[in-house]
Amino acid sequence: MDLSLSTRNVSGPGGDRTVVEVGGEIDVYTAPKLREQLVELVNDGSYHLVVDMEGVDFLDSTGLGVLVGGLKRVRAHEGSLRLVCNQERILKIFRITGLTKVFPIHTTVDEAVAATD
Amino acid sequence: MATVELRFSAQPEHVRTARLVAAAVARRAGVDEAVLDEVRLAVGEACSRAVGLHRSNHVTSPIRVMLTEEEKTFSIEVGDEVPGAGVAAADAAGVPGSRESAPAEEFDDAEGEDEMGLAVITGLVDDVEVSAGEAGGVIRMTWPTNPAAVLP
Repeated sequence: MDLSLSTRNVSGPGGDRTVVEVGGEIDVYTAPKLREQLVELVNDGSYHLVVDMEGVDFLDSTGLGVLVGGLKRVRAHEGSLRLVCNQERILKIFRITGLTKVFPIHTTVDEAVAATD
Repeated sequence: MATVELRFSAQPEHVRTARLVAAAVARRAGVDEAVLDEVRLAVGEACSRAVGLHRSNHVTSPIRVMLTEEEKTFSIEVGDEVPGAGVAAADAAGVPGSRESAPAEEFDDAEGEDEMGLAVITGLVDDVEVSAGEAGGVIRMTWPTNPAAVLP
């Protein structure tokens, strides 16, 4: 299964948020597409991103690298990158790499959009 | 002799094929259903790393994946043909705790990807050996099998 990406803008209490809905597999082959998408959003001035990973079937370290890269880019503009994920097998990868301490991980898109801290 | 041996050209699009084949052979060998996700991820990490090493070192030979069913275990060996590349890997794999002390923010994009891949492998798989030689490096990962669960 290939990677699918779609973006939409949502207003939250802290301002506008861009929700990036990711589906399919994020691996060494598909991760560059996600990277391009995140870079493009930041270049276009979207600095508050919510990456919805509920449709992701597979994530590897290449995908983690892209998400960390996205976080660095938005932080350079005092932005934020929040993740939405409830899948244990995906959460496990964030845990074993210590990245649960780096990314705010939410259970719903609404919760991530509402977060202002 | 491996139960199944796979060779693929060092292109990222073939890593998914290696994951699918490895998971299918592991399932047949009797690896617990709950562990198959880990097998899939670990073999994908090892293959991604090998593809990256071949490409960055302009090695044109294929990546080797050996899937071996033994009496009570199932093992996967992923070999690259980049001499000495495994040495740093062996050091990194030998100290799995080192990853936790390093700031995760430093693992951006391509830099540190290799190390993050190894961190995922060592975090997932209890039995991992990383070796390096003049011919290249090998990551060997082993899982227990439940012979009773072997499919007919």
